[in-house]
Amino acid sequence: MRQTIRLKVNGVERQGEVEPRTLLVHFLRDGLNLTGTHVGCDTGQCGACTVLLNGDAVKSCMVLAVQADGAEVRTVEGLAVGDAYHPIQQAFWDLHGLQCGFCTPGMIMAAVGILKRNPNPSDEEIREQLEGNLCRCTGYQNIVAAVRKAASDMQGQPAAQPVGASAAGGASGE
Amino acid sequence: MYATDFAYHAPASLREVVALLQQGDPNGGEVKVLAGGQSLIPLLKLRMAAPAALVDLRNVAELRGISEEGDGVVIGAATTYFQTIDSPVVQRRCPLLVQAISQVGDPQVRARGTVGGSLAHADPAGDLPAVAVALDAELRAVGPNGQRTIAAKDFFVDLLTTSLDPAEVLTAVKFAATDRPHTGTSYQKHRHPASGYAVVGVAAVVMLNDDGTVQAARIGVTGAGAHAARASGVEQAIAGKTLDDATLTSAVASVTDGMELMSDTYASSEYRAHLARVLTKRALLDAAARAR
Ligand SMILES: Cc1cc2nc3c(=O)[nH]c(=O)nc-3n(C[C@H](O)[C@H](O)[C@H](O)COP(=O)(O)OP(=O)(O)OC[C@H]3O[C@@H](n4cnc5c(N)ncnc54)[C@H](O)[C@@H]3O)c2cc1C
Ligand code: FES
Ligand code: FES
Repeated sequence: MRQTIRLKVNGVERQGEVEPRTLLVHFLRDGLNLTGTHVGCDTGQCGACTVLLNGDAVKSCMVLAVQADGAEVRTVEGLAVGDAYHPIQQAFWDLHGLQCGFCTPGMIMAAVGILKRNPNPSDEEIREQLEGNLCRCTGYQNIVAAVRKAASDMQGQPAAQPVGASAAGGASGE
Repeated sequence: MYATDFAYHAPASLREVVALLQQGDPNGGEVKVLAGGQSLIPLLKLRMAAPAALVDLRNVAELRGISEEGDGVVIGAATTYFQTIDSPVVQRRCPLLVQAISQVGDPQVRARGTVGGSLAHADPAGDLPAVAVALDAELRAVGPNGQRTIAAKDFFVDLLTTSLDPAEVLTAVKFAATDRPHTGTSYQKHRHPASGYAVVGVAAVVMLNDDGTVQAARIGVTGAGAHAARASGVEQAIAGKTLDDATLTSAVASVTDGMELMSDTYASSEYRAHLARVLTKRALLDAAARAR
């Protein structure tokens, strides 16, 4: 039986009708047209679907959409403020922290979670904390460098708090 | 793959959770508790579980939180891994939980997974079951017949099987605190390179006498057998002794006694037994070093 859910996605109130078995990632992609969040596996291992749920980086293929009823979700579309990339996005751009880009939204959202819990991680800590994100292009070297650069760029300045309203990706409510 | 369809409930009280479980499904289907979903949702997606209804614990505030109770720390069943390791009480009184949970999966899993879910799931390669056994955990459950308490050593009965009744819900777990004089703890894990789960994991609590000999020890082993278990033979073999190499080597020989050893393409039963011996030795030495 379909249920109505209401949640805040990238700062905008959204609602949708979902079956309880609908995964959050499918609601974001198919229901809200936020296709920046990717699906790379069936087992919860690749991290391509990582989003922030009430501030924590989580794998949205391992959360039911109904579990996010009343929650706040942020996807990669909601990180930039207007034309200004989030420092983590900028660092991935500057240091070439990607090749094909498939894993990148998940890497970036995971990095937001990492730096929130540990604003100044060592390279080893970054590698450990990215355990849940796989890159098939094996670009880990530059990914780690990008997270390190973002950490230092974000030091001293107030943690970027994107308002995100402009970044909802043009999707309309259900 | 998509999960089969099911009904979803997210009640706000424990009373309603118990009522929904007791009521069951009108067509005789399975009604299951949903906590962090980090084990259950993958099973639903693979259609290895096809419950008729899920009862989500996310709105039940009384199942979350951490408190001190006498000689232990009580953690609500639906408390997440992150909430647990971020707690100053847990950090001070049960550092073994912090050390082990920091090695569970990845941060995204630790943000969602819960202490109760991990124990109720009883994955033979799960990390927390070994810790629960070593910290003499007391598991509290509520069901149609009221409340009861189950000792960790009696809780894990087989592969993915606990002594919980399907209509019972785990409410909290009391772990013995180890912030006592001459007491140290350690968790040593051989991580599966792909899944991150424990191929074998050993949790140890060591209490030393003033002269450095072992007063008592508690050892929990996961990954070797079908379920987490106490290595009582080793505990007895080191009691009263100094942890020198000869004592340790002979004591850990019995670590998998009585366990039905698992075997798979990654690790044979012989290799698992070897890992259990090596990791038990490391865990005991590290715990003893921290006890000094
Ligand atoms: C990529 C990945 C890597 C992982 N790596 C590891 C690892 O290295 N080590 C490890 O130990 N684990 C690992 N896990 C599993 C993780 O620890 C799970 O979070 C945990 O096993 C289950 O907790 P949960 O709260 O998510 O439970 P759920 O998935 O919600 O539930 C699991 C089971 O327990 C039952 N249940 C849950 N709560 C209760 C309750 N209060 N009372 C009664 N029954 C209940 C459910 O009905 C279900 O049968 C990993 C998971 C993933 C996806
Ligand atoms: S799609 Fe979610 S972890 Fe792979
Ligand atoms: S950049 Fe291609 S998968 Fe990571």
